[in-house]
Formats: sequence, C-alpha cells, structure tokens
Amino acid sequence: MSAAAAKLARVRALIRKETRQMVRDPSSIAMGVVLPLILILLFGFGLSLDVRDVPIAVVSQDSSADAQGLTQAFELSPYFHPLLLRSLAPAQQLLLRGSVDGILNIPEDFARRLAQGDAQVQLLVKGSDANRARIIESYVEGAVGHWSAQLSLEGHAGGVAAAFGPVNVQTRLWFNEADESRYFLVPGLLVLVMTLIGGLLTAMVMAREWERGTLESLFVTPVRSDEILIGKTLPYFLLALAGFVLCVLSAKFLFHVPLRGSLWALSGVSMLYTLVALGIGLLISSAVKNQLVASQLVALTTFMPALMLSGFLFDLRSMPAAVRLITRVLPARYYVAVLQNVFLAGDVWAVLLPNALVLAVMAVVLALASRAVTRKRLL
Amino acid sequence: MGGMLASLLRIIALTRKELLAVLKDRRARLSLLIPPMIQALIFGYAATYDLNRVPYALLDEDHSAASRELAAGLDGTGVFERVADLSRSSDMERSIDSGQALVVLHIGQNFQRQLLAGRSADVQLIADGRNSNTAGTAMGYISGIIADFNAQWRAAHGERASALQLVERAWFNPNLETRWYMIPGMIGTLTLIQTMMLTVMSVAREREEGTFDQLLVTPFRPHEIMVGKALPSMIVGLIQATGVLVVAQLWFRIPFAGSYWVLYAGLLLFLLAAVGMGLLLSAIAATMQQAMLYSMLFIMPFSLLSGFTTPLSAMPGALQDFTLINPLRFAIDITRRVYLEGAGLRLLLPDLWPLAIIAALTLTAASWVFRYRPQ
Repeated sequence: MSAAAAKLARVRALIRKETRQMVRDPSSIAMGVVLPLILILLFGFGLSLDVRDVPIAVVSQDSSADAQGLTQAFELSPYFHPLLLRSLAPAQQLLLRGSVDGILNIPEDFARRLAQGDAQVQLLVKGSDANRARIIESYVEGAVGHWSAQLSLEGHAGGVAAAFGPVNVQTRLWFNEADESRYFLVPGLLVLVMTLIGGLLTAMVMAREWERGTLESLFVTPVRSDEILIGKTLPYFLLALAGFVLCVLSAKFLFHVPLRGSLWALSGVSMLYTLVALGIGLLISSAVKNQLVASQLVALTTFMPALMLSGFLFDLRSMPAAVRLITRVLPARYYVAVLQNVFLAGDVWAVLLPNALVLAVMAVVLALASRAVTRKRLL
Repeated sequence: MGGMLASLLRIIALTRKELLAVLKDRRARLSLLIPPMIQALIFGYAATYDLNRVPYALLDEDHSAASRELAAGLDGTGVFERVADLSRSSDMERSIDSGQALVVLHIGQNFQRQLLAGRSADVQLIADGRNSNTAGTAMGYISGIIADFNAQWRAAHGERASALQLVERAWFNPNLETRWYMIPGMIGTLTLIQTMMLTVMSVAREREEGTFDQLLVTPFRPHEIMVGKALPSMIVGLIQATGVLVVAQLWFRIPFAGSYWVLYAGLLLFLLAAVGMGLLLSAIAATMQQAMLYSMLFIMPFSLLSGFTTPLSAMPGALQDFTLINPLRFAIDITRRVYLEGAGLRLLLPDLWPLAIIAALTLTAASWVFRYRPQ
C-alpha cells in the first residue's frame, strides 16, 4: 500500500470515528441543525430597526379646527399610534413611565398664530434610545410638513411656502428600496450562526480531548498531526455547512430576502469563513487545553466581536481609527461585507474578491498555526 | 438556630472553595475580570448608530454658485467627506457599488435658475441601502443640512419663513447620542455571558469529573450546594458589572442620573435570575459540552432579543412575549433607565418583579432537579 493510500485510510478512519461520536451525542447535532434554525427564526422575526406604530401623546390645548386637523393627520398616519390628551402633565407622566415615546404639544394660541403666519408646535421625544428618537423626529417632521403643505394647497394663509422649500430632496435607497431592515439583518445573522457552530463546537471538542488526555494517546498511534486535524474538523465542517444551507433557505423563502448574487459565490466564501472559524476554535483549544477557558475565550473573541465589530449593525467607517484597526483582524468583518453584497447588490467583484482573498489567507495561516501547535505538543 | 448557623458556615465554606477554584488559575482569573472592561471600551466606541464619517460623491451638473453653496454645506459639517466629483450619472453606480461612497448627491442642470425664479428645485439623493439603517441616518443628516440651506436662502432672498415651526427637544439625552444608550445597556449584556457560562460549567465540570457525587455525600444539603455554586458567580457578575460602570462613567463620561442603590438592587435581582437559569441548565446537562451548548442556546437569543441592539417594540407580539423569560431584557431596561433617566424603584417595578419570579422559579426547579435527577 502506498503512503498516500495509507494516509487516506487513516484520515478516513478518524473521520468515521468522529462522525459516529458526533451522531451519538445529540448535543452536537442540536448545535449544527437545531441551533441555526432556532436562531435564524428568532432573529429573523425578532431583529428589526424599523420604527412603526410609535406610541405618541398628542396634547391639543387648542380646540380649533386647525388643531383638530393636525391631530387627525397623526391619527391617520401608519407610523403613529397617537394618544389624545388635553394637558401636558399626564403626558409627561406617560413619557416617564415609558408608555409613550414622545409628546407633540399644540399650544392654546395655535390657530390664531397660524393665521398670523408664525405658529409653533413642540415635540418632546424620549431621547434615551437616540436612534429611535431621531427616526421619530423625522417622522413627525414629515407629518407636520405634509399637513402644512396641504393647508397651502387649500389656500390657507398659514400654509404658504411651508413644506415645499426652495430645495426639495428626493431620496432613493439602492438595493433596499422598501427600506426593510430585515434585508441587512438576516444576511448578517449568517455570520453569527456560522461563527458559533464553527468556532465553539470545534473548540469544545478539541479542548475535551486535551483535557482528558485522549489526544496524547492518539499521538502514539501512526496518525500524524495534520491527519488528526483533518479527521477532527471535517465532520464539524460539514455540520456547519448544513447549518449554512438551512440559514440560506430560510432567508430566501421565509424572510424573502433577495439573493441577487450567485449561489456559488455565496457558498464559496461561506466555506472559507467556516474554515477560518474552525481554525480559531482549534487554535484556542490547543492553546488553553481547558473546556471552561476555551469556551469563554471563543465566545469572547468570536461571538461578541462578530455582533459588534463586523459592520453587521454598526457602521465601520464611523468608528475611531484604533477600533477600525481591531476590526481589520476580525474575519467576521470580511464575511459581512461579502454577505451584504451577495444578498442585496449581486456579485460585485470589486468587493467580493479582496474580502474573499483576506479570508483565504486567514484560513491558511490558521491551518498552519493549528498544525504547528498540535505538533509541538508531541515533543 | 444552631442548625441555621451551621448551614450558613457550610455555605460560606463552599462559596470560598468555589471562588478559589474559579480564581486560583491566573488565566481563568484574567479571563473573568479583564474582558468585560476591554469589551466595554472597544464596543463603547463601536456601538453607535451615529455617523461621524460619511463618504459621499457629488454629481453637480449645474456648476453654479447655489449648487456649490449646497455642497459646501455638506463639506462644512465635518461628517461628510467628499470622495469623488462625478461628471456623468453613469458613474453613480460604480461609486456606490464599490462602497467608495455611501451617498451620492445629484444636483441637476437648472438648479440655480429654478431657485432664482422662485420655484422649487429638486436634488436627488441616492444611498447605499446594503445597511439601510446607516443609509437612513445619513439621509436624515443631509435633509437637515438642506433644511438649513432653505432657511438661509429664504432669509437672503426676502421670502417668507415657514408659517408652522416644529420645535424639537429630547429628554434624558439632549444631543441624541446613541452611545449614551448603548453603553449602559452593556452593563447587563457583558455580564450575562460569563456569569451564566461560569455557573453552568462549574456544575457540569464537577459532574463530568465525578466530584459532584462526592459533594452529594458530604453533610451539604442540595440547596446549600446550590447557594454555594450561585454566590461565586454572582460575585463575579457584580465585579464585572462594576467594571463596565466604571468605564461608562470615567472613560466615556456619560452622566449618571440615578441612584447606585437602585442600580445594584436591580443588578442583584438580575444576577440571581441569570444564575438560577444557569443552575437549571447545568442540572439538566450531562457533560460540559452539553452544558456549553445549552447555555449558548439561551445566551445568544437572550443577548440579541433583549433590546440591546434593536428595540423590543419592533418585534412581533409573540416574540415580545417570549422575551418575558429573558432576564437580560429587564436588566437592560433597569440599567438604562436608572442611568439615563434617574428612574427610582417605583418606576422600575414592572422590571423588578418579573426578575424575582424568574429567579424563584429557576432556583426552585434547579434544586428539585439536583435532588431527583437520575444519575
């Protein structure tokens, strides 16, 4: 038997052993299949930055027709869920309790001053959640502007030149015309799921072998260290791919996120990222050889950064230079860039190629490093 | 009385042993104490929906004084950075696709002539919707700049100002900085992961190594073992939370509006609930690997569906109900409202009693499983 054939036989035996172990422990299957499914369902439905049905208190201290008209504009708007009040004090209580997100105050002399051309309405928003507050402000600006524009169309004295300023902005949102936050959040979830399956599961498996000393007994067999690595990781690689397929299917058919790029570009880069995640898991577990520490380290170095620093939620360009530098060593950042393109924009090679290249380099470096660490312990 | 004292002494001894077991290893010690503060520091800078660098491309087909003035309004903010001056509308696609520009401002040919004639002039704003939230924020900034431009133009050309003005004011966070909202939310989030994992793994490890059975034959009662396992995790959690709090106040200088007593009362209840969940999971899990998987199965949804990064109010009703079992959801609301709004215990009651119920249920269930679990 040639050396290559023997090598193949050894790897195959290892894979068979590892696969059996995986199949017999339902928790790994749960991790590979059930976890991604639960996560994509929960997050796909649960994560959204869209602001609709804003609970807002409309305090109308003026009973004129104009004030009623403005109040009605809020009642008819799909963005607001207005609560009509007559005085400010109870509205402020509601705001403190968190029952409403803002107060629109229409003062007593509203109609009189509108006729004179210098009316004011006040908006008080709860600023704690600044992102939401800003969106609410812009909705209210829109509703008030729209209402006063209608007034001017109807020839009302107060509405003159109110809404249509000299310069009008027409906005278009490319790749996501309907402005659905789900379109970028669901592809982003792939990163979290793949990171978790790839990194955490491998780290746990290897750390357990180190902790129990079974890896050292494997070292005395004819199996070589690179064969151990292949045999250990291949079953988990396939498990992660199963999770990937589930995620893509639900993104497309359940959440109706468009997949405008090619499937093979998506799969190719996803495999690269899975390899990187596996590599991190292997490296950390070989370095600390302790399940508790390994699992904590993997969660800290992969999951949280993938959530916070990958550009999945927060814009990378607005981070300070030092933090941007940190994001550059994070594989998740490159994967997110690819995912957002392949799903929403298509195969934009100017973005795909450089990011895929970085992931490929990371995969090779991590593979070599894992092999070095595993071999060193043989001595 | 003597029985209770003896029980207390046993609990203290076990807590001490557990703390030593966790903290004796230098790596473990560092991995518990340092990461939350470093994370708070890094994520504190990263976790903001505010934009302070928006690359934009300008397609100015008018080349007039007015169009230059409008563009200068963007350049003057310090936020918008002009990365390209385009000459054809076909160039827009390339600068957006490649990610070079987040928005393109397109000023058409008769811009100035329309304005001088007293008519409305349109400008087009095209944004990269691959992250529609970022794009929306950037477009909101530009709308504000254009509103300023309009007001100035009206004033300079003797036109009447708008008859109806909207005066906006924000409570609790006057400059609407998202960082102020995100960092207090981290006090609970960063604490949950390690506290829960620590609890789950500490029992699972004893079980896997067989020392749990030894513990069961000692004079310890099951509930004493549980308290002994719960206290060290809670102590670690409190220390971690304090670390994040220190970063928020001393580094990011976010003003603390509430009372520390209220904050720590809320945190204690939260940690009790989180540790209770951890103990229940560890009572069910047979191996460390299973314990780890179960805890990730809860920690991930807990940390993402807590209102930390995306608001609870945007979730469908059924999912909002699901978050009622999530201790972090209540903890984040407590920390944010105490921190930013200065809320007292009475306003926080709707958050406090669910935490107490979660803690009571999980701890009771855990002690039942500990006692009756078939080995």
